[in-house]
Amino acid sequence: MGSEVNSSALVASIRKERRDAGTFVLDVSFEAPPGITILVGPSGAGKSTLLDCIAGLVRPNAGRIAIVESVLFDSAMQIDVPPQKRRIAYVFQSLALFPHLTVEQNVAYGLRDIAEQDRRTRVEEILEAFRIANLRNQKPSQISGGEKQRTALARSLVTEPRLLLLDEPLTGLDAELKAAIVEDLRAWNTAKRIPILYVTHSREEVDALGERVIAMDNGRVVSHGAPMDVLDAPRRKRLAQAAGFENLLSATVLELREPDGVMRVRLGESACEIEVPLAHASVGDRVQIAIRAGDILLASQRPHGLSARNALKGKILSLEQRGAMCIARVDCGVAFVAHVTPGAVRALELAMGKQIWLVLKTHSCHLVN
Amino acid sequence: MNSLSLSFELAACVAAILLLIGMPVAYWLAFSNWRGKFLLESVVALPLVLPPTVLGFYALLAMGPRGPLGKLWIALFGHGLAFTFTGLVLASVVYSFPFAVQPLIASFEAVDRKLLDASALLGAGKWRTFRRIILPLSLPGVVTALVLSFAHTLGEFGVVLMVGGNLAGVTRTVSIDIYDRVQSLEYGEANQLALLLLAIAFAVLCFVYAVNRRVWAPAWTRWAAK
Repeated sequence: MGSEVNSSALVASIRKERRDAGTFVLDVSFEAPPGITILVGPSGAGKSTLLDCIAGLVRPNAGRIAIVESVLFDSAMQIDVPPQKRRIAYVFQSLALFPHLTVEQNVAYGLRDIAEQDRRTRVEEILEAFRIANLRNQKPSQISGGEKQRTALARSLVTEPRLLLLDEPLTGLDAELKAAIVEDLRAWNTAKRIPILYVTHSREEVDALGERVIAMDNGRVVSHGAPMDVLDAPRRKRLAQAAGFENLLSATVLELREPDGVMRVRLGESACEIEVPLAHASVGDRVQIAIRAGDILLASQRPHGLSARNALKGKILSLEQRGAMCIARVDCGVAFVAHVTPGAVRALELAMGKQIWLVLKTHSCHLVN
Repeated sequence: MNSLSLSFELAACVAAILLLIGMPVAYWLAFSNWRGKFLLESVVALPLVLPPTVLGFYALLAMGPRGPLGKLWIALFGHGLAFTFTGLVLASVVYSFPFAVQPLIASFEAVDRKLLDASALLGAGKWRTFRRIILPLSLPGVVTALVLSFAHTLGEFGVVLMVGGNLAGVTRTVSIDIYDRVQSLEYGEANQLALLLLAIAFAVLCFVYAVNRRVWAPAWTRWAAK
């Protein structure tokens, strides 16, 4: 494979109407350079339909899809290259490993028309790179979830595709395993620079992988840019939920303090007042505030000597251990979700019903329009 | 040649032919999105509901010296088609068609479409996807089709009588032989043949159900991957 092919960007503009469940229109236009581009958005936003169109499994009503000089689809020129000729790798959420073939046979499936020796070397290399060489003779039903995901990735990448599409390929794995696979994928991508479109709902995967993020909602691209820009200033409520903002609170603007760049708001119908970044709003307006559970601090006493401006008194409603994390639900008049470590739970002697203080940095409170 | 071996020969020919022509038809019926597909589906299922004598009657007309098939045959080979073994094979192929095609359609349709998409994206054309993915995963359906069309042909009576007549060693199959013996009050011989057919039918059905039971599926996929 020539390097001039590997340094090509995907350029796509696609319009696709679906009538299977109401009328849904996908209408997007974007460019994905080599490297990882993350696609986020609520389910039903059209992410999977978009990938299906690019792969050639679904035919767009109109548009053009090209990997720089090579046109895959062009409605005006009546070009529609069939999927088997597109040289695009696609890892489905279901992985779609061939159940009757071994790991090695699965991985070698896409390699043909090349010398047997060459074929063996490439299969060997990719089995090693994705740490599944020891499973070569196992069937998919005999290996674990993480091993299946590695096999599916290896099977797609061994063919040296021009573009890689990943539809939530790491769903259901624990964080440690996920991180290891993400690391292997990243290492592979450093060596072979091709565009990768990666659909995920996981904030961790966005942070670990993302060079660019495209946010979709209702069939459109609503935001496009670096992960920080797209995700950390959510402008749409549904997107905020999809991007992992566990707390989404409605509030009323009480006071604008323009010199400080902040405003005071009251949360819901409660007596809680907090300071949030200034926005284009007037006193009395209703606003939505998104806060990540991981950005909330807990304190056993009223905190002082802190730069954080917001401290709310509350009571712990529940504590739930999930992996290396504790999820605390706290009632301060409105309910908050906060993530703390098990160490913090012990140090603060957190328990159900205990009085607690929540501490929020002003800039951890994101305004959703 | 006795009636039993004639029946076996007929059934084997028909099963083999049906497997060959049944696969492309079943493939098309399983994967086509054509709106008029139901028409072909109905034609394929027709022998299931039609009295064998009706099917045999039209087969006889078609194969007769003035029928289209008969004329063609005479022009090609210099002899007629009715009351010959070949004629019997042709009529039986039509009669047993649904028994081969329906298990094939069911097993092709049961293959996860995502696997077919995955195969295409890995560069495989339709033929390679069929050979490497659909066929191995449909093996129980293929075996069922083969066995059912064999067994169904083995026991047919009406079509054979209409098209083949009753020529010893040429078209006298075992079911006709049984009928003949009953007519001439040879109950003992009739009973022997009838019992044999009963035993074969039971064994065949046991085999078909065993092959299609989920508990046997792992063994099948192991075998298929060899």
